[in-house]
Amino acid sequence: MDIILNPWPWYVAGPLIAFTMFLLFYFGKYFGVSSNLENICALGGAGKFVDFFKFDWRKNTWNLMFILGIILGGFITNEWLITSDTVILSPQTITDLSAIGIQNAGHNFLPSEIFSTESMLTLKGFALLIGAGFLVGFGSRYAGGCTSGHGIMGMSNLETPSFIAVGGFFIGGLIMTWFILPHIF
Amino acid sequence: MKNIKFLLVGVLFGIILSKAEIISWFRIYEMFKFQSFHMYGIIGSAVVIGIGLMFLFKTKKIKTIQGEAIEVIAKKKGVSRNLLGGIIFGLGWALGGACPGPMFALVGKGILPILVVLLGALLGAFTYHAVKQKLPH
Repeated sequence: MDIILNPWPWYVAGPLIAFTMFLLFYFGKYFGVSSNLENICALGGAGKFVDFFKFDWRKNTWNLMFILGIILGGFITNEWLITSDTVILSPQTITDLSAIGIQNAGHNFLPSEIFSTESMLTLKGFALLIGAGFLVGFGSRYAGGCTSGHGIMGMSNLETPSFIAVGGFFIGGLIMTWFILPHIF
Repeated sequence: MKNIKFLLVGVLFGIILSKAEIISWFRIYEMFKFQSFHMYGIIGSAVVIGIGLMFLFKTKKIKTIQGEAIEVIAKKKGVSRNLLGGIIFGLGWALGGACPGPMFALVGKGILPILVVLLGALLGAFTYHAVKQKLPH
């Protein structure tokens, strides 16, 4: 049981993600989470405002079921498959985060400075959350994929656009982590 | 009901994202600080195995459940769209510590503020399609 209940190392998770992609291909589909943002917009009636969203989202019901499954998987793990929310981080990470104003790094999955309900209810906290999401949603659809579609599937298919996009993911991520996050908290 | 299998694959993926702490903001920060191999190991090993899987599918050594060859829809070419879109995505990924998959897993974990992030992501996807004619691709 400990093997299940302890955090899974990279050499378990990586191959299992490849297996996830295999299953989707085996069932005749593909791997890509962020296109569901468009599916949800279309389902919600965004076609009234922007013609793109007039596509028939029902043909992507399988992918909406996939993300519904992800939500369930998050729930199942939280309820039954973990014993602690502690994340064992590199000591340097904890020191660095403390220096930029994020305390108790690794005590939970998420920093309370960003993900507590109190923070969410402040203007700055709300703006951070919605801004982060906006960048992810806008950027992933601009690039035509996220970590799953470009990062895993596109790179596995050795597609040049995906290597460019993943390069972009890292440029953006490094700018945020090294130059912007230190000035936020 | 034919879609139930995708729900189950999603459950598997949600459990992987959660159990390997890919849904942890801290793991993403640590990755961008190059202070842990964890995320690199996950993405790297998934891609290496993925390359092999793609090869087997494309050479029809493996077929889909219907016995068909797979057809991978190629990603759209264009340096601007992939690079600029990628950079914008990366800024958000490092700020919110979650890409789209983990956002949904965090909803299941019961993290209320992730709903605001998800709302932002929907607004972002909507806005992209509203303004895309004005953007370089």
